[in-house]
Amino acid sequence: MERQQDYVLRTVEERGVRLIRLWFTDVLGQLKSVAISPAELENAFEEGMHFDGSAIDGFSRVQESDVLAKPEANTFELLPWDRTEDVSARMFCDILNHDGTPFEGDPRQVLKRNLDKAHDKGFSFMCAPEMEFFYFQSGDPSTELKPLDSGSYFDLTTADVASDLRKRTIHMLEAMGIPVEYSFHEDAPSQHEIDLRYSDALSMADNIMTFRLVVREIALEGGVYATFMPKPLAGVQGSGMHTHLSLFEGDTNAFYEAGDPYDLSKVAYSFIAGVLEHAPGMTAITNQLVNSYKRMVAGHEAPTHITWARNNRSALVRVPITKQGKESSTRIEYRAPDPACNPYLAFSLILAAGMSGIDQGLELPPEARTNVFELTAEERAAEGMRLLPQSLSEALEAMEQSELVAEALGEHIFEWFLRNKRSEWFDYKSQVTQFELDRYLPNI
Amino acid sequence: MEPLLLYPDPPPPELAQALDLNGYPWKAVNDERDITREEPIDGWAGAIVCADTDPEGAFAVCRAVRKRDLPLEPLLVLVSGAQLGDLELREDLFDDFCLAPFHPRELEARLKHLLWRTGRGTRPELIEYGDLMLNLETYQAAIGDEPLDLTYMEYELLKFLASHPGKVFTRETLLSRVWGYEYYGGARTVDVHVRRLRSKLGEEHASLIQTVRSVGYRFGQSRWGS
Repeated sequence: MERQQDYVLRTVEERGVRLIRLWFTDVLGQLKSVAISPAELENAFEEGMHFDGSAIDGFSRVQESDVLAKPEANTFELLPWDRTEDVSARMFCDILNHDGTPFEGDPRQVLKRNLDKAHDKGFSFMCAPEMEFFYFQSGDPSTELKPLDSGSYFDLTTADVASDLRKRTIHMLEAMGIPVEYSFHEDAPSQHEIDLRYSDALSMADNIMTFRLVVREIALEGGVYATFMPKPLAGVQGSGMHTHLSLFEGDTNAFYEAGDPYDLSKVAYSFIAGVLEHAPGMTAITNQLVNSYKRMVAGHEAPTHITWARNNRSALVRVPITKQGKESSTRIEYRAPDPACNPYLAFSLILAAGMSGIDQGLELPPEARTNVFELTAEERAAEGMRLLPQSLSEALEAMEQSELVAEALGEHIFEWFLRNKRSEWFDYKSQVTQFELDRYLPNI
Repeated sequence: MEPLLLYPDPPPPELAQALDLNGYPWKAVNDERDITREEPIDGWAGAIVCADTDPEGAFAVCRAVRKRDLPLEPLLVLVSGAQLGDLELREDLFDDFCLAPFHPRELEARLKHLLWRTGRGTRPELIEYGDLMLNLETYQAAIGDEPLDLTYMEYELLKFLASHPGKVFTRETLLSRVWGYEYYGGARTVDVHVRRLRSKLGEEHASLIQTVRSVGYRFGQSRWGS
């Protein structure tokens, strides 16, 4: 550990780093940053940096609000933007109480705790998200949203602003050690997707935090606005964060089994069964905005029902086909999350749900062979398909019922989140929307 | 670390290989005058003189470098078994000897010990491979003049691979030698970091780290055949 800190101190000196940004994440998934000078760095490693957490979402407590941010040396990375001026670097932090114990409101440590539990059973958890987002001319909500183009899925739009932005974004991500697997124009106008190459869940959650910043930063440089809002435009598909998941036991993919019709192991089946069982309870975390539920409507590539299938994009869990000789790529895809979620908490719950399936040896029901969207409500009921929560309010109801979610998140975050989101729902419910005025005012 | 002086030029291939694999820089000379002409500013780190093919020339070189105001040390001579007698009454000309053909591990151990005794350092401070440069003193890496911004583990992995060019390592070996502890990613961590390193090396240099199918990874070309 000390050598890693030595490495950071030395690099700061050699590269003339003037500012070190200590990054951490609040409960709602917002990136927070405290900047320190190189002179304070050694102290930050040894004792952590004091700050008052009372103004940070999910950090406030009744008794005292002072916490410590302790940077993790192995996340040290120079920030490739504004190189011309001051060179700056970042490190992700763990948030500690004054006595050095982990602070209960720190999402990063919630994920670490859940990863440790899986690790004790011999599993490492790998994630690869598909990040979708929109570019708009401006982010001002009082003006009409203007997409940059009217392209659609896989369109190769020539020399347009958006592909240039995407290219620059990918360059910067790669320079920061965040490898990109694919990128393309998505289905909706001005919607783009960048798929990140799989990594362990903790690094990936850190990567997603960095990713969202890089995308917005590059857009801003180009004079446009990037958003991860799940459904900014009605009538076209929204932005999801379909996440590919696998468990490894050492060097072996624990989801793979040769000879199985789906190439899946018992571990994989039980993991999927656990995820499906707990899907309603974790939806409030994977889809945490009022707006998230506008994405999850039939016909737009977003799941609505709790099903799994091999090659059916209406399913909640999809099992992509394993390529011959590529056992390590065996994985499942969880299609509920959207890119506005807190990735630390979302990954924590998906893992906890999957692990509970494995622990109990849950059996998986047969796959949904038809497109869920084409069935009538009666047909779906006959197939025993359960609906995912239809609104933030329903999702919060389901979350409150879930012991697994309370356990995986810890009491502090569980309670604070429910309280905070109920008040968000209340604010939303008290609004009179344009829809209501258009529909009711002329006739009633 | 400054280069080691080798005699003759070209040196026996197995000697060059052993030094390369252990990351010791070297320069070979044939001519006594080149010893001074080619000498680095901080002096040679030491010398390895092969006396098994041309004993006369070899001992002349030994004498020349020991006669200087500041004698070149440490000096290791390689002799064949039949030549052991030649070492008699020449004790002042060398610090240690090694029998040729030598065992690479023995050569490395003797060299390490000699360098340690003369305080010339036991490990190189710079690793260079083509455009790639790693400064082990300052932890900095660069390609040409462009600094390479690495995290600590990326740096350690690159350092380990670049210190053993041409050698193939399994994921398990890399995990135990470079990480030495279990990280959240397990053995797959190695793949993740290799991919990250390649993305930072950029398209042009990404192929410095080669995937050896169903074995693991190798840095650089296999110079001596894999």
